[in-house]
Amino acid sequence: MIPEIGQFSLILALMLAIAQGVLPLLGAHRDDATMMVAGRSAAMGQFLFVAVSFACLTWAFLNSDFSVLYVANHSQLSLPTMYKVSAVWGAHEGSLLMWILLLSAWTVAVAKFSKGLPQAFSSRVIGVLGLLSVGFLLFALLTSNPFDRLVPPPADGGDLNPLLQDPGLAIHPPLLYIGYVGFSVAFAFAIAAMISGDLDQRWAKWTRPWTTVAWMFLTLGIAIGSWWAYYELGWGGWWFWDPVENASFMPWLIGTALIHSLAVTERRGLFKSWTLLLAITAFSLSLLGTFLVRSGIIVSVHAFATDPTRGFFILSFLAVVVIGALILYAWRAPSLDSDAGFSLLSRETFLLLNNVLLVVAAALVLIGTLSPLVIELLNGGKISIGPPWFNIAFIVPMLPLIVLLGLGMHTMWRVQAKETWFNPLKIPALIAVVLGIVVPWIFYGRITVLLAAGCIAGFWIIGSSLVLPIRSLLREKGAAGITRSALGMSIAHLGMGLFVIGVTIVSAFNHESDQALRQGGTVEVAGYEFELRELRDVQGPNYSAIEGLVEIRKDGDYVGTLRPQKRQYLVQKNWMTEAGIHVDWNKDLFVALGDQIGEGAWSVRIQYKPMIRFIWFGALIMALGGLIAVTDKRYRSKEPVAPKKSKGKGGRKRKVAAEGAQ
Amino acid sequence: MKPRQQRMLAVGLALVGIAIAAGLTLRAFQDNMMFFVEISDAVAGNHPKARNFRIGGLVVDGSVQREEGSMDIHFEVTDTACSLPVVYSGVLPDLFREGQGVVAHGRLEEDGVFHAEKILAKHDEEYMAPEVAESIAKHVQDKTAAVPKQGPECGSNDS
Repeated sequence: MIPEIGQFSLILALMLAIAQGVLPLLGAHRDDATMMVAGRSAAMGQFLFVAVSFACLTWAFLNSDFSVLYVANHSQLSLPTMYKVSAVWGAHEGSLLMWILLLSAWTVAVAKFSKGLPQAFSSRVIGVLGLLSVGFLLFALLTSNPFDRLVPPPADGGDLNPLLQDPGLAIHPPLLYIGYVGFSVAFAFAIAAMISGDLDQRWAKWTRPWTTVAWMFLTLGIAIGSWWAYYELGWGGWWFWDPVENASFMPWLIGTALIHSLAVTERRGLFKSWTLLLAITAFSLSLLGTFLVRSGIIVSVHAFATDPTRGFFILSFLAVVVIGALILYAWRAPSLDSDAGFSLLSRETFLLLNNVLLVVAAALVLIGTLSPLVIELLNGGKISIGPPWFNIAFIVPMLPLIVLLGLGMHTMWRVQAKETWFNPLKIPALIAVVLGIVVPWIFYGRITVLLAAGCIAGFWIIGSSLVLPIRSLLREKGAAGITRSALGMSIAHLGMGLFVIGVTIVSAFNHESDQALRQGGTVEVAGYEFELRELRDVQGPNYSAIEGLVEIRKDGDYVGTLRPQKRQYLVQKNWMTEAGIHVDWNKDLFVALGDQIGEGAWSVRIQYKPMIRFIWFGALIMALGGLIAVTDKRYRSKEPVAPKKSKGKGGRKRKVAAEGAQ
Repeated sequence: MKPRQQRMLAVGLALVGIAIAAGLTLRAFQDNMMFFVEISDAVAGNHPKARNFRIGGLVVDGSVQREEGSMDIHFEVTDTACSLPVVYSGVLPDLFREGQGVVAHGRLEEDGVFHAEKILAKHDEEYMAPEVAESIAKHVQDKTAAVPKQGPECGSNDS
């Protein structure tokens, strides 16, 4: 009964989504307030019914209702409760339902927080979001219904994939999806602006916080995914350039470009059409990612079990969205030109370069991801592109980006006087060069050109990001402090610096070694001794395991004890490796059991990963920067809604001179 | 310089930068392309020489052999028509099992053995890499014949 309620709610949600997609757009066109208000109510109703539907599916999991096919395939009686809940989004159908829930939640948030916007504009945004909801609801109902029944119900379920039985993976998809779906808000803002043909600086101001929040969640989602892959799946790698990782990374890169380009559009009224294009691209790439993951068209560890009709549906949806948006763009964008100028040495130039480099980076990732597909279609054989290519290709745009980033933060809008430009940066630059060479040399005993470049770049961003906060701290109280925006920017960039340091050090100095180890035997990796003291059997709630007790010593001193496990899950009979990881701020020591290889020995993978925590910590700090930036006062001030006149040509010049304000 | 000229200059510089980047990455692209070669083709000698490529198929039942206490592992991979001996040294992925699908990166040496540098087995049991599934589907002639044919017949079965 409950699953039928869920199914029925989903159909009602579709009806309301249609209303939400049609009424406000029509109402805005005809200037009919009743219709526009109806759109908001439809959005609320849609959210309510999707939530009911989601709750029904969760209920089915919690009560192990194996008469529901999706539950029977992805749950099991002895599955811990936490994973029964996370199993709801553990596979295609349920994760699509979560996607729909999040989309309607974003819509409700937009409806709630857009009271200060002109009614016609916010109605169009809600309408566009409604149309997107229609697409996804149809996708769910036509190809991927999570409430399909299974008759007769089996006595026990097929269990959740053991890899997914992990807290990291329980929260990774929701965060990632909040980010993905969040870009649909930026997309809807862009479409709404193009429909009305009225795009000024206020538009950028409204769009910015939404985009930043979406970006923030995407950052967290990707970071947690990488962390999970590291300890659960990756045998110690943290990024594999897997097509599905790339699918989440491309929207991130474009989203990052969008945030920066929005800054220019808001401050100076420039780059308008470019900003629109980025908003369209970011969301299109989110859709492309969905297509790649769910169609199974590309070889990936993430690929869902495949179904061609799903791939076809998503591809058609992608085509409608992209072609529709681009036609609208081609029609409207030419009228959006702005003749405000800026000199070569100005923040605008740096943000332009930021955008060019980020787009190039995204394009390279796209080429690497799709080229196997294209080459196969051209009968060029089945190829794959290895991570080494991505590593090289990615550094090419990233190194200049990092150098420019430190400079751009301290360059004025419009025009920067050359004489005073570099003064505040002399000290950070000097420190970066010294530390970048000395740190790897002293602490790790080796230095190469690329290594020094990476370290200098990392320290350079950290240093130049700290200039503004330190200055505002040193100034007397009451003097012009740092805005939340500028503080958020500094902190996000600081996170980027920490990330770069982490990546550089861990790539250069990680040690990885597969060894045969007997009980009582010892091996040495990177100066640490690993002794396998004991092997014993352990029982978990739904698995049995062999656990190794590995003691780590350095120069005879005790460092720690690790308990790597080899688990066998009782239902699917899969073997799973649970690595033992010794975490320290500046290094991880990683031990994973392989197989029993005879003569009482085990194959063991041992790794030393210096500074790897900085990668995820840096990403966390980046997201924190985003959070601080959206709490800036100017996003909360409810400006009286001006009639559609302010065309932004020098009319609304803000205090652009305020140094560092982004 | 007028702002317009300045902007043109900036755009020009950006384009030069992009051109250099594109050139560099395309070069690297060639070196990092890894072909998927069907087992039958590899056995027949139609494979890239002196560079890495990928093979994929099923791990032949009963073929997995370890040297006691050593990290080296020997097994055979089959597309159901031909099979190829593979040697790998290191820790195997969890889903590596006899009778299951597997993909290996490495090169085929003169000794006729595929020296794998990397072994991939997918995280989902139902999931098989499309190229492996395709290659197997192409070569399955008799579903009941679990033991792959060897020797001269092998090449001729190639469709």
